[in-house]
Amino acid sequence: MPEPILFEKPTLKALLHPACIETTVVSLTRVGSISGPDKPLWLLDLAMPNRSRWRPGQFVMLRPASWGFEPLWARPFSICMAEGGVLRVFFQEVGRGTAALTKIRSGETVVMWGPLGNGFAVKPHTPTLLLAGGIGLAPFIGYARAHPTLESLHLILGHRQDKSCYPLNLLPAGLSREVLRQETEADLQSFVRHLEEIIQAYSARDSLVLVCGPHPFLRVVHGLVLKHGVMTQLSLENRMACGVGACLGCVVEAVQGPPLRVCAQGPVFWATDVKF
Amino acid sequence: MDLSVDIAGLRLKNPILTASGTFGYGLEFMPYGNLTSLGGIVVKGLSWEPRQGNPMPRIAETSCGMLNAVGLQNIGVESFVEKKLPLLPWSEVPVIANLYARDAEEFARLAEYLADQEGIAALEVNISCPNVRAGGVLFGQDPFQAAEVTKAVKDKAGTKPVIVKLSPNVTDITAIAKAGADAGADALSLINTLSGTAVDIRTRKPRLANVVGGLSGPAIKPVALRCVLQVCRALHLPVIGIGGIASAEDVLEFILVGARAVQIGTANFLRPDMSFQIAARLPELLKELNVSSWEKFRGTLEA
Repeated sequence: MPEPILFEKPTLKALLHPACIETTVVSLTRVGSISGPDKPLWLLDLAMPNRSRWRPGQFVMLRPASWGFEPLWARPFSICMAEGGVLRVFFQEVGRGTAALTKIRSGETVVMWGPLGNGFAVKPHTPTLLLAGGIGLAPFIGYARAHPTLESLHLILGHRQDKSCYPLNLLPAGLSREVLRQETEADLQSFVRHLEEIIQAYSARDSLVLVCGPHPFLRVVHGLVLKHGVMTQLSLENRMACGVGACLGCVVEAVQGPPLRVCAQGPVFWATDVKF
Repeated sequence: MDLSVDIAGLRLKNPILTASGTFGYGLEFMPYGNLTSLGGIVVKGLSWEPRQGNPMPRIAETSCGMLNAVGLQNIGVESFVEKKLPLLPWSEVPVIANLYARDAEEFARLAEYLADQEGIAALEVNISCPNVRAGGVLFGQDPFQAAEVTKAVKDKAGTKPVIVKLSPNVTDITAIAKAGADAGADALSLINTLSGTAVDIRTRKPRLANVVGGLSGPAIKPVALRCVLQVCRALHLPVIGIGGIASAEDVLEFILVGARAVQIGTANFLRPDMSFQIAARLPELLKELNVSSWEKFRGTLEA
């Protein structure tokens, strides 16, 4: 099994050597059943022929060979798991790239490069709160599975779709968790209140908060963690063309200095370093 | 066959260069291939002062192409020379600096500074960036300004070959090419991106914060080929073909119409080892086509 590498603090540069390989699709599985206008969620398994080291929170760029020039760009996906010769990503159909990806078949060739980016901090004996918004669960599956002291973790998953759409079975059995669904505006408001209470509780002691989810979720949590002054890392996502720091299309505004490239300097940033 | 080519005294081991703005400072691609297997590396456009670039969103995917309005975000020429260049294998692969400035004086200042840098093999003058307010494509759309900027750089460039990068967003690209040539350019590279936009009917917003950006990728290859053909027929200066190249076959198409070398641009985003793959594939393809020297193939389009 490839061993994730755990660091105290992400550095600004990826320390591991990424590679570009042609791999094959092992399986593509729809997870649960969706309702309403949203698109389904999927687990994609890809063959990982060589043992590769990675850190939870890192990502890969995927581009099926069958795409030709359409869509043009590869798409970035957080690594959900990489165990037993298989790399797994958890994704939702949101645009034309992910829609095209759902048409892929077992055995098809996919160009993959990674692992990319820095990954989340790991502080084994520090109470660590994992805040996932929907599809943002993806990196926390790998994080929880690799963490040396499971008892220091607590996960909150806020989700809109049916619970069956999220592969909770992949989380370690002993992981403390709250899985909270928001179907209405009132649900959302009470969820945000709950988030604030728990963030406040974590801010009262030496702790770490890790966050991943859609942009509106990140914005709300970013505001709360700055208000309560708790050590927090956010995993950002952005439109990317290259994933390696060259196209300068995925930058975010920094609190100080030039724009930060989400792909090469992130995707995980300290909440105090980025503007929303 | 011997794949090497000569661009105004600059020897490239093969005609594959990377296009500015698509290959970072070169270092970003080191995990994916051997930089010294390339003919040369053209780095991200450099200005005298660091630039923050344009607001987001800066890139948009289009049919077989993409738009960008990055706006020349870069660390500044001095930081590049001090921090990045020493890490590049410049003694084994030519490193070409792409220059951007707001006026001829600033271009001259950049050229003067880089003329003294051993690790810089040549200068590429960007008079064709569509994404900046001052300078940029404005220089490349007016023969007088194109000549003024070219001369300013050439006068200070010492022994470094000066390559002028042309915009396709002009009525007659050969007029600008001639202006550059007359002003002392040693070579021309073309084309930079085509001006374009993309919009969203649901949000009623442009897909780029800058509204207008530069189109690149396979979609623009026919335009690029036409421009290279026209310029190669109009004057006898070495031409570096750029625009939508994504395979060794594409490389030969540009050489067939007269280019001496090429630059791989947006295709570097399709997979980070693209330029290395193309450089590795080129000798096999030439063998398949029974091409034994560049002289017997370059510019031999039967038309």
